[in-house]
Amino acid sequence: MTRVVITGMGWVTPLGNDLDTVWKRMCNGESAIATIDRFDASSFPTTFAGQVRDFDWKEFVQNPSVHHEPAMNSQFALGAARQAWDQSGLGEYKDLNLDRSGMYLGAGEGVLDFSAHSMIDTHSWDVEDGKVDAVAWAKFARERLDEWGEVEQEPNMPLWHVAKEYGLQGPAFNCLTACAASTQAIGEAVSVLRAGDADVMISGGTHTMLHALGITGFNRLTALSTFDGDPRKASKPFSKDRGGFVMGEGSGMLVLETLEHAHARGATPLAEIVGFGSSADAYRITDLHPEGRGPAAAIRNALAQANIDPTSTIEGKPPVQYISAHGTSTQENDSIETKAIKLVFGDNAPNVPVSSIKSMMGHLIAAAGSVELITCVMSIQTGMLVPTINLDNPDPELDLDYVPNVAREAQVDCCVSNSFGFGGQNNTLVVKRYET
Amino acid sequence: MPERQEQVVISGVGVITCFGVGIGLLWDAMIEGRTGLKRIERFDPSGFSSQVAGELPEDDFKVRKIVPKSHRKATKVMCRDTELAVGAAADAVKSAGLTTAATSDEPPTIAPDRVGCHIGAGLISAEVNELGAALVTSKKEDGTFDLAHWGSEGMQNLTPLWLLKYLPNMLACHVTIVHNCQGPSNTITCCEASSGLSIAESRRVIRRGDADACLSGGAEDRVNPLALYRQHCTGRLADCDGSEDLQTLIKPFSEDATGTVIGEGGGIMIVESKTSCTARNGSPWCSIDGIGCRQSFADSPLEADPHAIESAINKALVEANCTANDIDVIVPLGSGIPQFDTAERDGLTSVFGDTLASIQTITTVPYTGNCMAGNGAIAISVAAKAIKEQTLPARLGANETSGLLASRSDSKSMSINKVLVVTPSEGGQCVAIILGRVEA
Repeated sequence: MTRVVITGMGWVTPLGNDLDTVWKRMCNGESAIATIDRFDASSFPTTFAGQVRDFDWKEFVQNPSVHHEPAMNSQFALGAARQAWDQSGLGEYKDLNLDRSGMYLGAGEGVLDFSAHSMIDTHSWDVEDGKVDAVAWAKFARERLDEWGEVEQEPNMPLWHVAKEYGLQGPAFNCLTACAASTQAIGEAVSVLRAGDADVMISGGTHTMLHALGITGFNRLTALSTFDGDPRKASKPFSKDRGGFVMGEGSGMLVLETLEHAHARGATPLAEIVGFGSSADAYRITDLHPEGRGPAAAIRNALAQANIDPTSTIEGKPPVQYISAHGTSTQENDSIETKAIKLVFGDNAPNVPVSSIKSMMGHLIAAAGSVELITCVMSIQTGMLVPTINLDNPDPELDLDYVPNVAREAQVDCCVSNSFGFGGQNNTLVVKRYET
Repeated sequence: MPERQEQVVISGVGVITCFGVGIGLLWDAMIEGRTGLKRIERFDPSGFSSQVAGELPEDDFKVRKIVPKSHRKATKVMCRDTELAVGAAADAVKSAGLTTAATSDEPPTIAPDRVGCHIGAGLISAEVNELGAALVTSKKEDGTFDLAHWGSEGMQNLTPLWLLKYLPNMLACHVTIVHNCQGPSNTITCCEASSGLSIAESRRVIRRGDADACLSGGAEDRVNPLALYRQHCTGRLADCDGSEDLQTLIKPFSEDATGTVIGEGGGIMIVESKTSCTARNGSPWCSIDGIGCRQSFADSPLEADPHAIESAINKALVEANCTANDIDVIVPLGSGIPQFDTAERDGLTSVFGDTLASIQTITTVPYTGNCMAGNGAIAISVAAKAIKEQTLPARLGANETSGLLASRSDSKSMSINKVLVVTPSEGGQCVAIILGRVEA
């Protein structure tokens, strides 16, 4: 099977906008969760989030005018992709075949202009008919909506921006499978490379739902934390008193290459992706299967592709040294994910450290998986496991090693990264230390 | 080394368009040369410059009637796009002769964990009536919107599961639940290229051994004020109010083309390994011989790129182990958007040269409107039907076209062994798929 390696990584997150800063802050167990200041959320059930700050996308592109005022998700993508591209060294590689250089992103939609939409819908509301007057709606839409902003709503727009920045003209896909999107994108990008359809793929995710309608939607689902206290304490995966997830935003991007291509240009692999598993719960639109059927299948399939027996040991230790959990801080996810890990790893489960970086930066939705995979690679490179913070009140039903509150040194050679999404989307990646 | 190159076929076709559910209704219209376009009836389109669409009357399709009793409650949280996908999927499963959780209590034809689902979806636009009804509760007396009231009270007027109606992966989510497909499931969101890219992914998933069959395709509803407005913003729509000759409204590859119109619909196909299809005595409609996917390098995401089109086709030809001379019929996007038509013609000319003008084409947009994420699936379904029937459907549009043999014509019988389906998209993705005749 064609080996696929990671040669570049980059991220834009609530904890910072470069690899080193974010990594240091995660190792320090810092939280980026704070009061939302992008709009006045003070009356909303949830008033806090993990917000990207001090980020100017123009610093990450060669010529901003090429990009036609990108939406925020595209801005994040450009920022993360620049870091990954520069780290990979592909910009210096003159023989790069652009028709064999593609992208597979898990990007969300652009940011909806809630102020304009609320004005348009309410002003065109026909009280007698109890519905919008479509003629009036069209009139107000023409007056109030920014046309390019509406074009930028399409989830495939980050693909165009990233492609344009680097001239990539190979296979290009965008998937949007809720919170599992970027893990799925990376897994399928690996598959595109293994199928021989490309030499290089930029893959990852980008998303922000940190706007009034996004918070509204998740508040109505009662999926968001409404914690009444220090926002930094709100995201508490695996705690007994976990009360929902905290919204985040950002992007994680990776450069993936066939090992053959990386070798040919003298690149240094950062790690190797050795397994990808994907499954559908096919159960209910609102609930995970109570036995963790789908997540367990995804983890099991990913490990099988990596030729790893999760119940085996190497010199008395599990073959996987770290699991980056989906770990949303909802009652259901954290419970089912724990169950799935136990199902797959059996007696090894208590000995595999598991942590959730969502405790520190919130849930980056479509982008979460790619940022979490980068975390795994950083763990392999630095020998540090980042903690699950705010784990002061452990749930007695959840009895794995969640790396509570404090980062830990560890020899890490192989990691599993889980992402599960609304609608029963389950995706898992396995990444290993690169060995010749 | 690349993974195994197992042959993959289309063993079932499900279609939903303005003509109704089923490839038969669409095919009959295309044989007769009868467009399904009409002035929009779902809402008053007078405020828009483009007032015509391929619209499926809501009374002609009730999703509640086709889902199992256990899933009827869930239809309340389906948006129109999801309803279309569920309708097309049911049609596809029936077409392929599969038993699933939705069709009977008998054991499924294929084990649930060996069935994947890849459905292209669009940017699902919120129903303005549903959202407006909630928003208006936070309208102040002076007419402005009260965000503080919305946060504390107004949002309570939205149904709790409102967000779940509009997540793009809900098309695949409902389909996987209805048919109990537990294999890999994905949602490709690349505008018009979504369906073709979904089929590419299904084939890749099958070839890597993660599934034996996939429900694959796409669906989208653009007959909605917000969705229509968003297409208006692209500048791709034809100005029209329905008083025109709708048979010739969309003129693919004509110098008189003025743009496209929206539609709603899509298709789901059963993409299956030939081994699986043969083992269950299925009847393939056609084989998927080659696929090429490329990204545009045009100056705008609203422009198609001839190089991407050419490169995608060449990749598909190599995979199909054939040359341009082996292609009997081309199914381009043929949207009537002048820039897209020009790019398609230039890309095709680079591959086919002077012979392009003599190769028959099929264009679906003049019949159904541009169904965006569902459009490619409609095109591929019609291509599969043309291979099966060995018939070229009638073409609508202009009497004269430039570069391609795409002018108005009647249907006719012809030998069709290989069909090329090309789909460039808003956003710059392009997919080319070569379908082949499967000998009985």
